[in-house]
Amino acid sequence: MDTNEPIISLRGVTKIFNTKESEVDALIDINLDIFQSEIYGIIGQSGAGKSTLVRCMNFLERPTEGSVIFDGQNLADLSLKELLKVRQAIGMIFQQFNLLMQRTVLKNVCYPLEIAGVPKKEAKQRAIELLEMVGLSDKINAYPSQLSGGQKQRVAIARAIATRPKVLLCDEATSALDPMTTRSILELLKDINQRFGITIVIITHEMDVIETICDKVAILENGRIVEMGKVEDVFVNPKSAAGKRLVFKSDEQFSEFESEKVYRIVFDGQSAFEPIISNMVAKFKAPVNILFANTKNIGGKAFGQMLIQLPEDRILTKQMLRYLEERSIKYEEVTQDA
Amino acid sequence: MLDAQTLSMIGKGIIETLYMVIVSTVCAYAIGLPIGLILVVTDKNGIRPFPIVSKVLGFIVNLLRSVPFVILMISVTPLTKKIVGTTLGTSATIVPLVIASAPYIARLVESSIKEVDAGIIEAARAMGTGTFRLIYKVLIPEAKPSLIIGGAIAITTILGYSAMSGFIGGGGLGDIAVRYGYYRSETQILLVTVAVLIIIVQGFQELGMRLAKRSDKRV
Repeated sequence: MDTNEPIISLRGVTKIFNTKESEVDALIDINLDIFQSEIYGIIGQSGAGKSTLVRCMNFLERPTEGSVIFDGQNLADLSLKELLKVRQAIGMIFQQFNLLMQRTVLKNVCYPLEIAGVPKKEAKQRAIELLEMVGLSDKINAYPSQLSGGQKQRVAIARAIATRPKVLLCDEATSALDPMTTRSILELLKDINQRFGITIVIITHEMDVIETICDKVAILENGRIVEMGKVEDVFVNPKSAAGKRLVFKSDEQFSEFESEKVYRIVFDGQSAFEPIISNMVAKFKAPVNILFANTKNIGGKAFGQMLIQLPEDRILTKQMLRYLEERSIKYEEVTQDA
Repeated sequence: MLDAQTLSMIGKGIIETLYMVIVSTVCAYAIGLPIGLILVVTDKNGIRPFPIVSKVLGFIVNLLRSVPFVILMISVTPLTKKIVGTTLGTSATIVPLVIASAPYIARLVESSIKEVDAGIIEAARAMGTGTFRLIYKVLIPEAKPSLIIGGAIAITTILGYSAMSGFIGGGGLGDIAVRYGYYRSETQILLVTVAVLIIIVQGFQELGMRLAKRSDKRV
């Protein structure tokens, strides 16, 4: 397949729900391309339309307008039978795991293989392999109710990729899990992505999830995509209000500082992860007050932002800012209407 | 005390009652289970919405459910005569029993199936499950414990109906209770039949609950 062809392509997708009294625009003119082997994050607050959007990708929800192209096929043109076949090529996991409660772990993973018509013996073998991969080979005969949330999601992942789908859709897959378990599930997803080249679409309301594993991100607000791009670009320099709100969660806190000398410095991966601030303090022998910091080491580069208060002395301040410039670190003065 | 003849009559009554109840339940499920499934599946929020079908079917079910059993029993006698050849005895009672209980069972099945978590259904659909397989691979297995409890409720209701048929010569324990207990005021026989009925009802109820509990894997 041509790698320049997106695996999922949404064009002008609009979804309107008709309720008794009114029409609700859940999605408005969504255009989105997701390429093979990408991990694509879609973030937004609850009610932004994320879940509807991801359900349009496998036609669990039919868009009111617009088209969804999966692997070169327009889903709207398919017969029901063909659509069922396409769905077997798109795995999906959920916030509430949605395992079959009356089936054992093994039988749960066998389920999509049964539907795909894989012979029983072969299906069982494949299921056992998958459960080994997700680290649950000792639980194959357990029932879902006997598992923890993280274990349930592992079973759900094994089930979702059993038929070797091209895409895995994750609908708030970590939202019901604690931070530690979230991390391990995200690692598993990353591992699956790298090992099998499976494209992953992640729906979440947590910026952490996006930062941890996504390559690209789209920000959804009130049914519209307000911003999209590479995660590092959006993270360093969010353009939309919604993007800023997600990235700089603490804007409200630092807008309280009235000093003119508060600067936001941004690490955008250009600089190595070196202790810039403490080097600067050592050089100028002047105090720097760190009001806020949120930096991350992604692949040895520094990403994130910091809010610092520089000394009253104007000349000193200028020198310090020049010091930052020399190290190609972007900064901006924080004004009250941040 | 009861003599041997009375005891054998009661024994025969028990067998007749069990025969009526079990055959009726099986036949009523053969009709009620598919109707219940169709009601759920074609509901406007169902897997294959077909509101006209679900509304018409729902209306017929409600209609039959609102006719009291005693009246239904009498009204269907021409039909019974056509099917069984007589309107008396246990086999003849099965016809009104099935007609009265099938709609009831349809509603019981409907409510059991509706208990299945919508998320599980969605996951199955996302995996490319078609309607038919969704029904027998997901809906019925996931609702199994609830369906078994429904079965126990249905069977005890049918038992109650079967006793009523005693008034028109339906046979079984109800018939004995009416003939001896009501018309001849033989209290002792009446009490014995009541006791036996209670034991049978309790037995079915207990059995249903145990089976349901054992089949349920949700702890």
